[in-house]
Amino acid sequence: MTIFVNKDSKVLVQGITGKEGSFHAEKCLEYGTKIICGVTPGKSGQKIFDIPVFNSVADAKQEHHIDASLIFVPPKFAADAIMEAAENNIALIVCITEGIPVIDMLKVIKFVDQKGCRLIGPNCPGIISPEEAKLGIIPGHIHKKGVAGIISRSGTLTYEAVWQLTQLGIGQSTCIGIGGDPIIGTSFIDCLREFEKDPETEIICLVGEIGGTAEEEAAEFIKKNLSKPVVSFIAGTTAPPGKRMGHAGAIISGGKGTAKGKINALEEAGVRVCINPAEIGITIKQVLEERQLIKP
Amino acid sequence: MKIHEYQAKELFRQYNIPVPDGKLAVTTEESIEIAKNITGIPCVVKAQVHSGARGKAGGIKFACTIDEVKEAANQIIGMEISSIQTAGELKKVRKILIEKAAQIEKEYYLSLVLDRSNECITIIASTEGGMDIEEIAKKTPEFIFKVNVDTRTGLEQTKITELAEKLRLDKGFIDLLKDLYRLFIEKDCSLVEINPLIRTKEGKLIALDAKINFDDNALYRNPDIAAMRDVEEENPLEVEASKYNLNYIKLNGTVGCMVNGAGLAMATMDIVKLAGAEPANFLDVGGGASAQNIENAFKLLMSDKNVNLVFINIFGGILRCDILAEGIKSAVSSLNVNIPVIVRLEGTNAEIGRKILNESGLKFIVCDSLNNAVTLIKDAIKLRDMTKK
Repeated sequence: MTIFVNKDSKVLVQGITGKEGSFHAEKCLEYGTKIICGVTPGKSGQKIFDIPVFNSVADAKQEHHIDASLIFVPPKFAADAIMEAAENNIALIVCITEGIPVIDMLKVIKFVDQKGCRLIGPNCPGIISPEEAKLGIIPGHIHKKGVAGIISRSGTLTYEAVWQLTQLGIGQSTCIGIGGDPIIGTSFIDCLREFEKDPETEIICLVGEIGGTAEEEAAEFIKKNLSKPVVSFIAGTTAPPGKRMGHAGAIISGGKGTAKGKINALEEAGVRVCINPAEIGITIKQVLEERQLIKP
Repeated sequence: MKIHEYQAKELFRQYNIPVPDGKLAVTTEESIEIAKNITGIPCVVKAQVHSGARGKAGGIKFACTIDEVKEAANQIIGMEISSIQTAGELKKVRKILIEKAAQIEKEYYLSLVLDRSNECITIIASTEGGMDIEEIAKKTPEFIFKVNVDTRTGLEQTKITELAEKLRLDKGFIDLLKDLYRLFIEKDCSLVEINPLIRTKEGKLIALDAKINFDDNALYRNPDIAAMRDVEEENPLEVEASKYNLNYIKLNGTVGCMVNGAGLAMATMDIVKLAGAEPANFLDVGGGASAQNIENAFKLLMSDKNVNLVFINIFGGILRCDILAEGIKSAVSSLNVNIPVIVRLEGTNAEIGRKILNESGLKFIVCDSLNNAVTLIKDAIKLRDMTKK
């Protein structure tokens, strides 16, 4: 099984006629995602990839049942786009956009929660349930369906982990890039909870990085609630304090958010933490073998 | 983005938050003029540099006479300061702030900060100001008070009245807090810190120090803040990188790194360290890097004189490895590179990309897996150290 999205999820793309939006919407369609309509204000009536375009989410919703919205809207307008999706009760909202001001996100997050919607991102690569559907910019072909659930704050580093697994013959149930911003929707904990429930997921890989306390909170949750094994890698052991390492959220400030602190917390919770990112795949394989979940 | 104390205090003035009379100087002569005509004696001479712990470093001096102002200015202008905030890098002081000395009755701590785990803005206040907040938290955690603010409702009167009571401060504090909150929201701050906030004998509150950090993502709508950027405080290579929209951070090692994606870029630095070397930089060329982008990034790496080995680590997802390989090839041939370049290419069209590099006639060390890259870096370092000897 998968979490959050599957082959039947009906998807709307906000910003479908833009450069990024159209490029990636096409890739998602090729992967098999059921993109059924798009929204770009002022472009109602047009069609792209034979998919109808509407002026607003409300208009699209009148004609289609929508399970999820995928957002490729420039940062200035992205917060409003998320609000619009939530206002229209879209259950799952995936926002790829990087560069949304934090003050805007603080309001958006509370609104999304209040409406009971799930937001993934922003500033994330999206979500993929291999061989079923992908919403976002994750390259589909490196994936394979299987038992590992993957959660990460990063894009390419996740692809790295996935590719190592696929080459070892270990597939993935669902992979979620939760985003590199300081304020994001779905957390590590939200994903851990779902993976724990999902019968097909046998092992979870958590890819974290410096900044904030999300990994420490995840460790606390794992200790109390998880029966499935977790393998982790934390990027940024060598990152200096006070510097933003690419992602808006990847910054050590006031001595908090160091890789060492996160690694310690995770290890204390029984998580197998890889120190070398080249060994994420092999470590997962070892743990699966130890637990006799796969044959050596 | 960071700004100087004097700039933060200009913003405070705009928001009616009381600060001492003072003015910026860049020479000793100017300092003396300011002390004579604006602040009077005694006054304080403060180094304006993007670093913490200025006091400990001797960058803040009290002056009771004009001669002492002269002496302090002479000492501080041109001095070099390093701290945790500068990551050990020495920063030269080019500007000083001359301020009227205040009569301190009591020192407080006050800050507004983005609280990531609670998804709100948190007010942190303490009756024990003057030392940094980590120190206060260690020594007297019982005197730290926190209030979470939901930005949809803003400051709640009952909560801030309660906070003022805990601090034994009156309406003056509540007004100041409201102004500070308005500044935080309107200018998209990520941190506003007053340490110390002082109460004078007359019961007046004054922000003796001021520190503000801003959300880079919101600079587009705050042009006045963007204009406060002081590029002389930044590393010249980082300034150069920002012109090309490259995410680059200068570090102290010798292995130049070039990577696509921030997470993988951090992981790559970690790998360099595991291989026994130190990374020279963090560099994320982004997911959709063009050949031109790659060339600019390469130029930047090579202009760091400490770099004697380059490690390019690319996982091509959307970015195709063959396009990237062409970019690297043209950059290396046009720049006349004579140090080893290890390229790890994986992902979309990786094989074609590796072939392009292998057949380029240039001296690339090409590999596919990350593990091989670690071995290759180790070998290259060994070779480098041997040739040194």
